[in-house]
Amino acid sequence: MMFSIIDIIVYIFLGVGVFFNLLAGVGLLRFPDVYTRLHAGTKCTTFGSIFLSGSVILLGLRMWWFGNTDGSILAIHTGVALVAILVTNPTGAHAIARAAHRSGVKPVKAVVDDLEGGTTKKKSIGKKTATVKKKEEEEG
Amino acid sequence: MGKEDCRMIESFDTVYLFVLGLLFLSVIMAVIRIIKGPTAPDRVVGLDTVNTLVIVGMIIYGVAAGSVIYIDVAIVYALLSFISTLFIAKYLEGGGF
Repeated sequence: MMFSIIDIIVYIFLGVGVFFNLLAGVGLLRFPDVYTRLHAGTKCTTFGSIFLSGSVILLGLRMWWFGNTDGSILAIHTGVALVAILVTNPTGAHAIARAAHRSGVKPVKAVVDDLEGGTTKKKSIGKKTATVKKKEEEEG
Repeated sequence: MGKEDCRMIESFDTVYLFVLGLLFLSVIMAVIRIIKGPTAPDRVVGLDTVNTLVIVGMIIYGVAAGSVIYIDVAIVYALLSFISTLFIAKYLEGGGF
């Protein structure tokens, strides 16, 4: 009984992960802009990777439960790979978005760009201190 | 393959190969974005997506082929692709390191 329930959960996780990874590909093709493509290509892929790795971890835990000690190796190594994906993927996406904005790519149909003028490091620091001073003046 | 190099974990599973084919379809769509992309950051986004899909595909193929060694390769590939993405982003910024 337990065997079949865990099998069904593994297949559901596989389906959800593959669906979101395919959505990432479709979003990369269909979105009009670097930043929206970054949303599709990074967030959908991270979510799908969580579910696909989760199905493999469940498979390994099931093998471990039924006495196969190689399942523990499968589950732990897949967990380490999942942690590596979860740490590195949003960091890389943030670096790409910052690089795209600083290299002068504008969002399509954007009306207001709040970060405009702060493209270099010195200017952004000066702007930040100016806004902080403004806030302090308003408060005190 | 020798038994010391890769442990056999499960028999050959066709569901995981089907999943791998669907992941390859998504990789093809990302490669189309790399070829078409109007600006350089578009191509970097496509490359990042391909990297993540290849990591997940390595994990899935490790289960399908029944050896854990592919998952270890996936861990190393994740960290190295992260470093390469960071360097390309720094290069696009045009700033100093």
